[in-house]
Amino acid sequence: MSKNISNNKLFEASLVREALKQSFVKLHPRILFRNPVMFTVEVGTAIMLAVTIYTAMSSDVAQGSVGYNLAVFITLLLTLLFANFAEAIAEARGKAQADSLRKTREETPAKLVLVARGMIDSETKIVSSSSLKKGDVFLCETGDIIPMDGEIIEGIATIDESAITGESAPVIRESGGDKSSVTGGTKVLSDRIKVKVNTNPGESFLDKMIALVEGASRQKTPNEIALTILLAGFTLVFVLVCVTLKPFGDYANTPITIAAFVSLFVCLIPTTIGGLLSAIGIAGMDRALRANVITKSGKAVETAGDLDTLLLDKTGTITIGNRKATNFYFADGIEESHFIRCAVLSSMADETPEGKSIIELANINPLSYRIDNPTYIKFTAETRSSGIDFGNTKIRKGATDAIRKMAEKAGNSFPAEIAENVNTISSNGGTPLVVAENNKILGVIELQDIIKPGIQERFQRLRKMGVKTVMVTGDNPLTAKYIAEKAGVDDFIAEAKPEDKMNYIKNEQQSGKLVAMMGDGTNDAPALAQADVGVAMNSGTQAAKEAGNMVDLDNDPTKLIEIVEIGKQLLMTRGTLTTFSIANDIAKYFAIVPALFITSIPSLKALNIMQLQSPESAILSAVIFNALIIPALIPLALRGVAYKPIGASALLRRNLLIYGLGGVVIPFLGIKLIDMILGLFM
Amino acid sequence: MNTELIGIIVTFLITVLLAFPLGKYIAKVFKGEKTFTDFLNPLERFIFRFCGIDPNKEMNWKQHMIALLSINMVWFVYAFFVLIFQGSLFLNPDGNPSMTPDLAFNTDISFLVNCNLQHYSGETGITYLSQLIVITFLQFVTAATGIAAVVVLFRAFAGKTTDKLGNFFVFFTKTLTRILIPICIVIAGLLAFNGTPASFEGKDSIVTLQGDSVQVSRGPAAGMIAIKHLGTNGGGWFGANSTHPLENPNYFTNMVEVIAQVLIPIALIFAFGFFIKRRKLAYIIFGVMTVGMLTFLIPNLVSETSGNPAFTHMGIADNAAMEGKEVRLGVTASAYWQVVTTIISTGSVNSMHDSSMPMSGAMQLLGMMTNCFYGGVGVGILNYFVFLIIAVFISGLMVGRTPEFMGRKIEAREMKIASMIALLHPFIILVGTAISSYVLVHHPEASWAVKPSSWLNNPGNHGFSEMLYEYTSSAANNGSGFEGLGDNNVFWNISTGFVLILGRFLPIIGPVAIAGLLAAKKYTPEAAGTLKTDTVTFGIMTYAVIIIIAALAFFPALTLGPIAEFFNLR
Repeated sequence: MSKNISNNKLFEASLVREALKQSFVKLHPRILFRNPVMFTVEVGTAIMLAVTIYTAMSSDVAQGSVGYNLAVFITLLLTLLFANFAEAIAEARGKAQADSLRKTREETPAKLVLVARGMIDSETKIVSSSSLKKGDVFLCETGDIIPMDGEIIEGIATIDESAITGESAPVIRESGGDKSSVTGGTKVLSDRIKVKVNTNPGESFLDKMIALVEGASRQKTPNEIALTILLAGFTLVFVLVCVTLKPFGDYANTPITIAAFVSLFVCLIPTTIGGLLSAIGIAGMDRALRANVITKSGKAVETAGDLDTLLLDKTGTITIGNRKATNFYFADGIEESHFIRCAVLSSMADETPEGKSIIELANINPLSYRIDNPTYIKFTAETRSSGIDFGNTKIRKGATDAIRKMAEKAGNSFPAEIAENVNTISSNGGTPLVVAENNKILGVIELQDIIKPGIQERFQRLRKMGVKTVMVTGDNPLTAKYIAEKAGVDDFIAEAKPEDKMNYIKNEQQSGKLVAMMGDGTNDAPALAQADVGVAMNSGTQAAKEAGNMVDLDNDPTKLIEIVEIGKQLLMTRGTLTTFSIANDIAKYFAIVPALFITSIPSLKALNIMQLQSPESAILSAVIFNALIIPALIPLALRGVAYKPIGASALLRRNLLIYGLGGVVIPFLGIKLIDMILGLFM
Repeated sequence: MNTELIGIIVTFLITVLLAFPLGKYIAKVFKGEKTFTDFLNPLERFIFRFCGIDPNKEMNWKQHMIALLSINMVWFVYAFFVLIFQGSLFLNPDGNPSMTPDLAFNTDISFLVNCNLQHYSGETGITYLSQLIVITFLQFVTAATGIAAVVVLFRAFAGKTTDKLGNFFVFFTKTLTRILIPICIVIAGLLAFNGTPASFEGKDSIVTLQGDSVQVSRGPAAGMIAIKHLGTNGGGWFGANSTHPLENPNYFTNMVEVIAQVLIPIALIFAFGFFIKRRKLAYIIFGVMTVGMLTFLIPNLVSETSGNPAFTHMGIADNAAMEGKEVRLGVTASAYWQVVTTIISTGSVNSMHDSSMPMSGAMQLLGMMTNCFYGGVGVGILNYFVFLIIAVFISGLMVGRTPEFMGRKIEAREMKIASMIALLHPFIILVGTAISSYVLVHHPEASWAVKPSSWLNNPGNHGFSEMLYEYTSSAANNGSGFEGLGDNNVFWNISTGFVLILGRFLPIIGPVAIAGLLAAKKYTPEAAGTLKTDTVTFGIMTYAVIIIIAALAFFPALTLGPIAEFFNLR
């Protein structure tokens, strides 16, 4: 799961340059109109430009000095630029990340199949990868870089996917099964395959994601819309406050300058969250991409934060792919070393991971026994055992009843202590393999599912987040229950058929829950489509990838856990910055309101609790603070607020304390500090 | 501790002790469970049959609101005609005149919206007939309207996904027969036995100790004064409201009246908890509202009891601000009443708010600006609900989950309504005050019956507070006046009339609509990641949202009014 292509530097020089340019481009009112909060700031900026020009041209001093108006104008312009920069840098980072994924597959030579015949004798022509279209078939041989995403239609190959996933171990991809997809940019290590292109250029998932990041097709998510409405509401309240202040000021015989009106307005409206809102959304998708997950919509990331239930396959997610031998139990009167010898010899030719694990557990090289002319007996469904014959020795290992039958047929009894061992192993979720020599029972090997290290902690974490985990397995209920308990999942589906997943998802959804699942096979596709968040593995079939709303490039089944956290972080960042932004208003009021009225009502200087030097410096300090807080919070917006699984109430308490109380206190300090610095110049 | 302070603490404790069982009873009434008042069943059945109401017909939230608005429309037309013809109708022993159309419009609207802003004086401006069949009638039915509306909200959260929210007319009728009328009979009795008049005879003539001959107004007042408080209406029988010795004769009646006005608002909070079977949520809401009340009560109490600094500057010892207070009631009881009557939309007064200290004035204004700490009957919880939804939304995001309340997700549509309603209150107050300020400054000599220049009895900041108070009181449907304002003229009658309508019906429709929309949504059972809304943390969040929204919108206006006055006086 290493992320070799992510770079964790927030501000890379080339990205910053691009973002700076975009900050100016985005000043265009038509672009800014999408963001009501910042659009009103732009209107205010335009007004201040006019006022500045007016004061410069005329000798009217009622609106304050040229320098003061200019300073307010520049600060407002900076506020806009900072907000644009936040969005632009988030876009640039997302694009750079996507580009680096895309770059791996650009301009690779492709062996386009012209006339399809056998594997070797097909007629091919070398073309550029960019000219491949949907439906084209190309051939890849040992050492080739796969030019384009596609599905293997013929052949099997080992493939190095490290360019995408960062995982160096080669993987096997073959036609027909659930692992038939190949990704452009990966390398064929052995054998040859025919691949059918399944997307037109510019229509791959990655392309779609880049479009989402770039904003052209970026749609606001439901939560974002609701928040924008709330922010627009706040903005309107402050339009109201500022407009009505004019007659109030008239009544109190207090002339209020346009600069003061505009400053008060810009300070009060939630510019901090308004300016960072789209950056937060883009950064969420970007973080998903950094975790090597391609999302098809911003909504999917957001939904991930709300998930109630996760469906996880047992094999590969909860347990390490295969069972492992964990213990040898030998019958009374049998020497341990003899039993182990037989166990090892019977597994000598066994290529299955279980067989290998037996040799591993014994830690003996079978060749050291120097057996002459062995005959290997392969496992068949009929005998349900395998083994080895040499001389007049016949060693068999296999399922308990198969071996028992064999022994009893030969007139040997099944030792009571072994029967007991077999029972214990079964009830512990393991699989017993009985070993017999010449039909005499020697002992039993215990095979156990090995639960991935650290997975219990991850489920613990999910439980604290309020997410229920469900294990899906083909095992019988007893074994499933044992593993479920050991791994710490909340529920399991045993002896699962593909439609069981689907039914489980539907049931959960009926009771109002949001369900996520991960899958790769074509038979997973309906369930992936039904789930609220369906994560398809990149190695999976095209059908699965189309059905899900995310694609995991790493093919890592535990990725769902990260996706949930990314989703939560996205919402939290919005919520906390909204709180912070609104809490800031208290200090800004205490800076600006006394400054507005102090000339006509001198006793109001008691409200100037920050002891700011003059009305002008007070207003400027507030506006400057308001502008500077945006770039100061860009890193937080891009990285996201840290999620801690400590329960909703505790989390609310924590965030209220940091961002609510912090939002009240920080601007008092910040404005005072800026005022002191301004005092050096004014 | 001084006796006066103990007096108000005891008053509050009695209120809560009475409200709790009443809440339980109210929940039972609206759930249709067995209560000791079931002997009224035949009466209700008769009313339903007589009016052609099918009590089993369930309504969705839209049908509820249509029923509410139509019946209010009928009352409006009816009351308007009685008021403009009252002079020529019967039961008018004092020969009071008919109302002018603009005053009748204002009075009609003001009682229809449970506000009771009175631009007339009870003794001379209205007849006994109008007092009974317009004023007292509207005081009953508008209170019942508010309670019926909040019961729709109760229903919305009581069950799982549904759009069937009971029958409006059933809620309305039962509120009258089971709650308002029985309790009013008790209160009216208590008042009548303490000296409040209950007679149809005209003015009495007495000779004072000084030997002057004085005309004393009276009338069938006790019943009206009971519902005036119980229904958080606030409009007095006499012009001086509950400062009048016949309307509020002694400390005991003062306690009865102040308990009566808080009783149902608090009981409804508990009723909500019992109704939806979430008592803890009710306790948290009660806690937030009580803290909210204390936020305004403590500064008010302190500034009233510490007296006027202007006197101190003159070297005169002044222990308490006695101006505008009734000696028989005292400063502390008056301060408590001032806050209670403004946080709850009653608006009756037992002292003159215009004379209270600037900081107290600010607290009374804030009480009406927030308008949801207990709040008026029914509407208090509805107002609180809007802030609660905003708090749920922000804090839901803060814990990384799509915000949900009672298992229903809060989305763009609900936020749109909540934002609009939260925006409406500052909008009508600030715009109203801005227009009046503008007219006053720029057209002081406009050739109206009452020139704008002679509206205000006080110049400067206090005059500004008077205008701000008038619109705030109208928008909050409170009805108390800062007085000192010449408000019985076309400008104020009409402009406050519109503020009153806007401030009443939209804040009822909005929250009921949100509740109705949420009720129809898919219900998600609570999980470990769900943000619980019945915790102290969430209570603090709601409190902060309410205070910040009120403070942010009104801070500049308050600065020019009471806050400037406070600093000037220091």
